[in-house]
Amino acid sequence: MINATDLDLILAVQKGLPLVSRPYATIADSLQLNEQQVIDRLQFLKQEGLIKRLGVIVNHRKLGYSANAMVVFNIPDELIHEIGQQIGQFDFVNLCYQRPRHQGVWPYNLFCMIHGKSQGTVLQQLTELIQHCQLEDYPHDVLFSQRCFKQRGAIYQREPKL
Amino acid sequence: MELSLLQRKLLNNYQQDFPLSPQPFLSIAKELGVSEETVISAFSLLKQQSFINRIGPIIQPNYIGVSSLVAMSIPEPQLLHCAEIINRFSEVNHNYERSHHFNLWFVLVANDQNHLDGILTQIEQETEFKTLKLPLLKDYFINLGFQLNLDD
Repeated sequence: MINATDLDLILAVQKGLPLVSRPYATIADSLQLNEQQVIDRLQFLKQEGLIKRLGVIVNHRKLGYSANAMVVFNIPDELIHEIGQQIGQFDFVNLCYQRPRHQGVWPYNLFCMIHGKSQGTVLQQLTELIQHCQLEDYPHDVLFSQRCFKQRGAIYQREPKL
Repeated sequence: MELSLLQRKLLNNYQQDFPLSPQPFLSIAKELGVSEETVISAFSLLKQQSFINRIGPIIQPNYIGVSSLVAMSIPEPQLLHCAEIINRFSEVNHNYERSHHFNLWFVLVANDQNHLDGILTQIEQETEFKTLKLPLLKDYFINLGFQLNLDD
């Protein structure tokens, strides 16, 4: 589990680095650390995989990638690992997760996200994906996004003090 | 709006490994052959115009607290109202309408499983519709970067 200093650091950077010449020094000041400690710790958290990536987070809708499809498959449990890794390697796939089925309500266990400039492009890419990974025999469904009611990065909060 | 070559490079090239140097914008400036000032003002403008949300970390899910994707099936006339109820919870980050019988999809991040389940119970009570909890079991994808197609 994460220690208190690292959690404070994550909480301080999660809303974005300040756009100033020495952003890590600004963050350091707010945490009573020094600039080099902030840099070293962020580097460490990246290496450990707790920070998946550190960088520019773009607004894909604003950039013209307005077609966003969540594609879901029902893949036999014994194949999901192999197929999940195959799907995760496609350039146009942005996420690929296993999630639970719910009996009688939700049959799909593999989720991936495809962003494109039009629904046509996305469907073409999906066809390519299905052919390449030989997924023709497995049920799937495509859920295009419609209205966006809320979109922001995950905001982690401190545990309430007991 | 037409993006300049500099803007496109700033959007594309620094999603994974933003420089962890004392003056990261200067490091970028040197790579691109412009001034630090130019890079900072270009990023500020991209942010102001909502082309970027922020420069920051993406945290591996479930390292800090717990999270889940949640789906709901809500008749169209009540959809907006229910979405507004859900958005009021600070634990909710994404919330999208999708074209499906399950038409509302959101992501919850909470301190622990009890906290998360408690929020789902509240959402079910306030909206009067059931929630379908779909937490991540396994991640098959490491890279969340988003490459723009610079040729079109």
